[in-house]
Amino acid sequence: MSKKYDAGVKEYRDTYWTPDYVPLDTDLLACFKCTGQEGVPREEVAAAVAAESSTGTWSTVWSELLTDLEFYKGRCYRIEDVPGDKESFYAFIAYPLDLFEEGSITNVLTSLVGNVFGFKALRHLRLEDIRFPMAFIKTCGGPPSGIQVERDRLNKYGRPLLGCTIKPKLGLSGKNYGRVVYECLRGGLDLTKDDENINSQPFQRWRERFEFVAEAVKLAQQETGEVKGHYLNCTATTPEEMYARAEFAKELDMPIIMHDYITGGFTANTGLANWCRNNGMLLHIHRAMHAVIDRHPKHGIHFRVLAKCLRLSGGDQLHTGTVVGKLEGDRQTTLGYIDNLRESFVPEDRTRGNFFDQDWGSMPGVFAVASGGIHVWHMPALLAIFGDDSCLQFGGGTHGHPWGSAAGAAANRVALEACVKARNAGREIEKESRDILMEAAKHSPELAIALETWKEIKFEFDTVDKLDVQ
Amino acid sequence: MPFQSTVGDYQTVATLETFGFLPPMSQDEIYDQIAYIIAQGWSPVIEHVHPSGSMQTYWSYWKLPFFGEKDLNVVVSELEACHRAYPDHHVRIVGYDAYTQSQGTCFVVFEGR
Repeated sequence: MSKKYDAGVKEYRDTYWTPDYVPLDTDLLACFKCTGQEGVPREEVAAAVAAESSTGTWSTVWSELLTDLEFYKGRCYRIEDVPGDKESFYAFIAYPLDLFEEGSITNVLTSLVGNVFGFKALRHLRLEDIRFPMAFIKTCGGPPSGIQVERDRLNKYGRPLLGCTIKPKLGLSGKNYGRVVYECLRGGLDLTKDDENINSQPFQRWRERFEFVAEAVKLAQQETGEVKGHYLNCTATTPEEMYARAEFAKELDMPIIMHDYITGGFTANTGLANWCRNNGMLLHIHRAMHAVIDRHPKHGIHFRVLAKCLRLSGGDQLHTGTVVGKLEGDRQTTLGYIDNLRESFVPEDRTRGNFFDQDWGSMPGVFAVASGGIHVWHMPALLAIFGDDSCLQFGGGTHGHPWGSAAGAAANRVALEACVKARNAGREIEKESRDILMEAAKHSPELAIALETWKEIKFEFDTVDKLDVQ
Repeated sequence: MPFQSTVGDYQTVATLETFGFLPPMSQDEIYDQIAYIIAQGWSPVIEHVHPSGSMQTYWSYWKLPFFGEKDLNVVVSELEACHRAYPDHHVRIVGYDAYTQSQGTCFVVFEGR
């Protein structure tokens, strides 16, 4: 049945608020936390979000009658109260699959968190969660290798990976930098990491770094008899330069490279992940800039969305915060999104901040990386929170050891293995943490000194962004 | 006290991956770890290799993986039998996870020379 063109401004809710709609399995679902301007009804705000993030514009236009907008429009199908918050509410919006280009996280975000975030009728808007339909997931490449393949390549089983970032983060020459890598790896770490700000600065051009680091990795591997690696940061000025660095890492026979996926961008990240998949290279992902986007409880994008997007765009390891260290993140929320990095099905669970059932199908998992202000005393809690499929990274907690980085690395390795052994033997590692670490220190002077050095350091501040549960 | 006298010299050690930094386990401690493997629903697998081949991906199987084996004592006696047959080899136990098609855990029980 054809419609007539009726110029003017309609209320959004007439078209985009559809409480009777039952979402399809192929719909992409989103949950927004909306805070409207005073006096604007909830349904109108929610419908405006649905419209502005899909087919709508502020005025009726003649050309919309050239298509079937009923087929393409986003629909708000549910509104819920935010527990303990009178001014905000949740809007659940369903988007038809055909609104998005296959495999393009860039396209999904351009729609869902594009212009709509600057919309005047809103005071704040936060994208809390996305349910990606299987039909979309199957078009994404995902992690180049995933957890199991990474374990097989690195020969690490039954425990978290152990790593650290090279410090000082800026200012070392390539040769001095390689020395620090060598010290960490010979001391018992599995992996070391370029700091995110290390790209190719005047004090240390990337090629210098790559060559010295490769020598350090190979030497440590030879001397310890274990598989070692270093995340060579390939984040660069242009995609061409990024690929050139990745190619050189491969030429040096290195197992893993690194990318900063938010500052670098999703298009670059997806491209590099594809390159890694085609070249047998593991990909470590840093998340600089995430806190600008995800920390405010009422505006921006929750990190669980950014984590899901990374799993689809591609990466084998992603930073997730530590819960216990110097950076923001509460335990339940963190568990909620690390499930979404690693599991093949994650059920809706508001106590973990997950708003939807999320089926990942055969998409490989991503290692959760805990890094930032952690030291040996945190080891039992980190193992309990993150489990085996994680990478625990101690920067200051390695290099800050009074005997140097190699001894600091050994202390961390002893502590980690003591905790894994105790957990497997059925001990409650968080409750018995002190006993487990003190026992282990009897056989390791490096650990004894580390325990003494960091005994008083804690980061106990309240979390800024809490879960909306009462 | 001068600074250098408080600093220890950390010597690199050759290790064999998981639990390589812990002192050798007692028999009871090994039992605990095997019980953990069985409790996870993983299949015990015993592998051995001459120390010169320790970095190879594939070590030789001792017999076949012990699919479905729930008896701790059987696993321990097989570990010992492997060690007796190859006294100069490293002997490791793997908890094989058929769901992930990966190793749930893996550690060396007897070190060869």
